[in-house]
Amino acid sequence: MYPVEMLDSMKKVETTRKERIGFEPKRMTEEEKKNLLMQYHPDFNDKGFTELKVGPNKGDKVPIELAELLQANSRIKDVDIDLTKIGYDVDVLIIGGGGAGASAAIEAQENGANVMIVTKLRMGDANTMMAEGGIQAADKENDSPMIHYLDALGGGHFANKPELLYKLVTEGPDAIKWLEDLGVMFDKAPDGTMITTHGGGTSRKRLHAARDYTGAEIMRVLRDEVINRNIPIIDFTAAIELILDDGGKAAGAVLMNMETGEFLVARAKTVIIATGGAGRLHYQGFPTSNHYGATADGLIFGYRAGAKLIYPDTLQYHPTGAAFPEQIYGALVTEKVRSLGAMLVNVDGEAFVHPLETRDVVSAAIIRECKARGKGIKTSEGHCVWLDTPMIEILNGEGTIEKRIPAMLRMFMKYDIDIRKVPILVYPTLHYQNGGLEINSDCLTGVDNLYVAGEASGGVHGRNRLMGNSLLDVIVFGRIAGRNAAEKSKNVKIGKLTLEHVKKFAKEMEQAGISSDMVSPKLLPSYARKS
Amino acid sequence: MEEMVNVYIMGKKYTVPANLTIMKAMEYAGYQLIRGCGCRSGFCGACATIYRVKGDRELKVCLACQTKVENEMYIAMLPFFPLVKQVYDINKIKPDEQIMMQLYPEIYSCIGCNSCTKSCTQGLNVMRYIAYAQRGEYEKCAEESFDCVMCGVCSARCPAGISHPQVALLARRLAGKYLIPQFQQLAKRVKEIKEGKFEESMKELMKKSTDELRELYNKREIEI
Repeated sequence: MYPVEMLDSMKKVETTRKERIGFEPKRMTEEEKKNLLMQYHPDFNDKGFTELKVGPNKGDKVPIELAELLQANSRIKDVDIDLTKIGYDVDVLIIGGGGAGASAAIEAQENGANVMIVTKLRMGDANTMMAEGGIQAADKENDSPMIHYLDALGGGHFANKPELLYKLVTEGPDAIKWLEDLGVMFDKAPDGTMITTHGGGTSRKRLHAARDYTGAEIMRVLRDEVINRNIPIIDFTAAIELILDDGGKAAGAVLMNMETGEFLVARAKTVIIATGGAGRLHYQGFPTSNHYGATADGLIFGYRAGAKLIYPDTLQYHPTGAAFPEQIYGALVTEKVRSLGAMLVNVDGEAFVHPLETRDVVSAAIIRECKARGKGIKTSEGHCVWLDTPMIEILNGEGTIEKRIPAMLRMFMKYDIDIRKVPILVYPTLHYQNGGLEINSDCLTGVDNLYVAGEASGGVHGRNRLMGNSLLDVIVFGRIAGRNAAEKSKNVKIGKLTLEHVKKFAKEMEQAGISSDMVSPKLLPSYARKS
Repeated sequence: MEEMVNVYIMGKKYTVPANLTIMKAMEYAGYQLIRGCGCRSGFCGACATIYRVKGDRELKVCLACQTKVENEMYIAMLPFFPLVKQVYDINKIKPDEQIMMQLYPEIYSCIGCNSCTKSCTQGLNVMRYIAYAQRGEYEKCAEESFDCVMCGVCSARCPAGISHPQVALLARRLAGKYLIPQFQQLAKRVKEIKEGKFEESMKELMKKSTDELRELYNKREIEI
């Protein structure tokens, strides 16, 4: 439960709750949103960014922590890798064992390819597993791909790549159907109708969910399917550099056993990067909702091999990371809590923002409330605001929380906080990498035979992603990448393998006057206390 | 001065802050985790852990990322457990009673000791969902087991050698694919898209200038 100093503020939340029920806070105008973001969103904090000095995005602004890794030393800088000793030889090599990697693997095999997955942790240790709220798709009668397109485009500040967004919205319903056919259990009415809700920035109730275990349910079914299909999974093995052939085409990767440190060579006709996000780089010191391995590995070795980044300077801070108790600081509190009616409330019990504005706007509003207006609640980690969860059952009836968001109920109950009865404390947490490696609508990068899918890719969400569009992204683009990489592999003749691009990149760094004492990809964050 | 407690990680004593989770206490002690750590939020089941508090005879289990340390706590992680996972073709099997008998016959050797339920890190009624599976009541099994994170602790405690999480996953896939009605409107929409019903409108929309799109976005109607 809460310490006494917070209880006064909680009383105020309880006092104002009655008048807040049935009252919808005003939505902001475009101008108001713009000003708010410029002043308070971390993407506009110049101190968090620096310019890249080498590589395809030379001169572009990226987070400092990402720049340090992009311009660090290769893990094989002083290692002689024997490229004639092939450890694995496949048609399609998939790097990453999350939702995109699994979807790609299934479709690649379906299209006749001999496919293999490498993942540095276990299969399924991925942000997909942690996606709680839902997955979008325009399948209801009052909805259409056009409306979905417009919602995502506005939410993305009109920067989304149109050909990618077109794929997302037009292949969305088929992705849901594919999951339903694999046996994913979505929340449904007795007649089979999907129970859907709003997410921030949606104009139709388009969020399909599986309680608040949506990503976990999808991931465990996909993993099961991958195993049923006997697709080899090489786990606890990280890719650390791409291998090209002498024609400059992607032709495999150097792998490293995470436990023994052994290096292995995987040769492939096509390669799919599905390595996910970067939350564990803790940009600007933010906590993160991401899984342990979210360290942007694919961006690092993809960039060294010549693939270009798009929108690397736009990150998503999820408005509602847990801010108390400190044991779960930064853990995700799903947006579905707001979809179901909970409001954001300040120290005085006032609602200060419409709870379903887009994520960037809500996060900036929370930061403003705490930093500029002094209306936050103090904790050991800083300031935060209330998320008034008891409103949910007042609005939707008793039992709603246990039925629709059991993971949230369970997470807080472990600390004697019953979210049905008392509100919870939240603050923005680093959640998603809006940008990534640039792809075309076939998931192909500028490097031949190199594909990217899921959070490691960029462009589809523009500069801000809507809730429920990332689970959709990993399924839709995972499948596209799998199909195309398999198809392409049928006509690939691999030339002589080479790692020259790694040396060339190191040389460019030297010429730019960069010397680094770091190695990358990072693979895992270092949380071990150094004495 | 923050309150400290003594814990024994794999038997070795460390003094750590009392407010840490077991996972963070291991990191505080200097461990760089590779196994036994995944989502750090209670969703992935990577960090199953066995512990005993000195003076207490009972062995307890938990997820290391979701549990606070206690003074005089002995901690052993269980980052991998060899569950039995049978391979099947979801398109060929049927949701009848035979399928469990065929793939996971050991569920019928359950002796009703309830160790699985007592050990569940998610607080699920594991023995009950196994009973549903025995009877071929897969929808009930699916509902009851839905919040399972597949950490495997239940199986580690089972004298009958049942792989509960895999049984439950099979039941959920059978329920999701065969037993719960399909969403008819979804199939209809997929067909409409394949037939090109929205092609022209999509093209028209995508042709518009950013200013026109902005105007449309700001004026769009929001479903209540």
